[in-house]
Amino acid sequence: MGVETEFGVNATFTGPSRLSPEEVSRYLFRKVVAWGRSSNVFLGNGSRLYLDVGSHPEYATAECTDLLDLVAHDRAGELVVQDLAEDAEQRIAAEGLDATVYVLKNNVDSRGNSYGSHENYLIERRTRMERLTDTLVPFLVTRQLVTGAGRLHVVEQRATYLVSQRADHMWEDLSSATTRSRPIINTRDEPHADPEKHRRLHVIVGDSTMSQTTTMLRLGTTDLVLKMLEAGTVVPDLVLANPMQAIREVSRDRTGRTPLALRRGGTITALELQRELLDLTTGYARGAGLHEHPVHRDVLQLWERGLEAIETDRLDLVDTEIEWVMKKKLLDSYAQRHDLEPWDPRLQQLDLAWHDIHPRRGLARILERSGAARTVVDEERIRAATTVPPDTRARLRGDFVRTAAEHRRDFTVDWVHLKLNDAAQRTVICKDPFAAQDERVDALLEHIRATSGAPTKGSGSPG
Amino acid sequence: MSQQQFDRRRDSGAGDGPEPDATPPPAAPAAQSAERDAALDSLLDEIDGVLETNATEFVHGFVQKGGQ
Repeated sequence: MGVETEFGVNATFTGPSRLSPEEVSRYLFRKVVAWGRSSNVFLGNGSRLYLDVGSHPEYATAECTDLLDLVAHDRAGELVVQDLAEDAEQRIAAEGLDATVYVLKNNVDSRGNSYGSHENYLIERRTRMERLTDTLVPFLVTRQLVTGAGRLHVVEQRATYLVSQRADHMWEDLSSATTRSRPIINTRDEPHADPEKHRRLHVIVGDSTMSQTTTMLRLGTTDLVLKMLEAGTVVPDLVLANPMQAIREVSRDRTGRTPLALRRGGTITALELQRELLDLTTGYARGAGLHEHPVHRDVLQLWERGLEAIETDRLDLVDTEIEWVMKKKLLDSYAQRHDLEPWDPRLQQLDLAWHDIHPRRGLARILERSGAARTVVDEERIRAATTVPPDTRARLRGDFVRTAAEHRRDFTVDWVHLKLNDAAQRTVICKDPFAAQDERVDALLEHIRATSGAPTKGSGSPG
Repeated sequence: MSQQQFDRRRDSGAGDGPEPDATPPPAAPAAQSAERDAALDSLLDEIDGVLETNATEFVHGFVQKGGQ
């Protein structure tokens, strides 16, 4: 599994001069370009960092097999990008402008432009895609009830609190395009692995999540549902008549009780649909022995607790764990304290500041420090993930990038290929995403060390 | 050194489901909600301290190009 995050960029200035967000993004990547002579690089922790469509800084985590590793690597991406933001502030200051740079891990700007958080799951080639999507689309349409980041949506003097950031910006259920049609599941099939065995499931409907527990739940429930479907579990027909209408309705109904039309006739509520899939997935996880593992158990219990909280109108059951509930509580408390109308710009600002990745300024991080937001990985593990790859193929890539960079060698790298750009053009192709050991890569690293001068330590990233 | 890419199509990582991990995180969620409310209240001071003073400008200034 892996997650790609597109970040939003904002800056405030004390003087009269301004820079556009695109200009600020370019300042952000000056440090990256200085390190790798490109704004599109792989780092020593196995991740990819680049300037994306629409000048969004984007961080794609390394491939992880361990869910908590992935939560840590997702958070590590925030540290990497925040480091660029601080560097950008200094570079901008050196040119005589006094700017504060804000990098926001959310999905919508103030004019309704959207950018995403994309989840990638490696699935078995032999599973029929249609069988997967028949259940997966209704799951993804309704999982926002427990995985949404929440959004205060204001039009003039009308405020609506949405469960999901992203729901209003999805246009199709399945498609191979992303920016033009923005589907729930992107069907573009680039497995970055042996295509005979695997395909990639690219889910672009998710909200970027600041809460560690919500990130864990978003990835962990989806992964378990996929495993259940791959195992051939019989699932009732939950295909929705109109997924795009449903996803918007679910986002507007915090009670989860709006009836959604089924293709086979009749209706189902988001709560009922989630409950059905939770029960099936829990049954599958028990049978497969997955329930024994603490992280799977935590995922299933939190999923259950989230649904129970909504079913019984007891949101306090999950108000330190599920992001839209946490944010809603904060907005309500703040509005009450300052006696604000629901559409007040200060509340909209609070919604944005929730997603600020700055470790001292970001509201989600302030809540974590105060104990009002549960965490599943500690700061040490997150910090380590900025330099240490997970125990997958990412280790080979990370070691190669770090070693080549330390020895100041030119190289070319992607998710699968490692190539040294010298006369011999040595290339190693790593098709197995699970293999963290490879003799060919060991030999390649040995060759780099034997044919280069003394290394510069710690140059596996722009930091 | 310089780093190059094999191609510039944008896409991303692959991987697979979680392996067992030995870090048990569950916590008691419903407990001490009154205490938490008090804690949250004290947070609001800290939050007021970190927000940009001009909320309207901050909100309206946050305009991006769309991504994927």
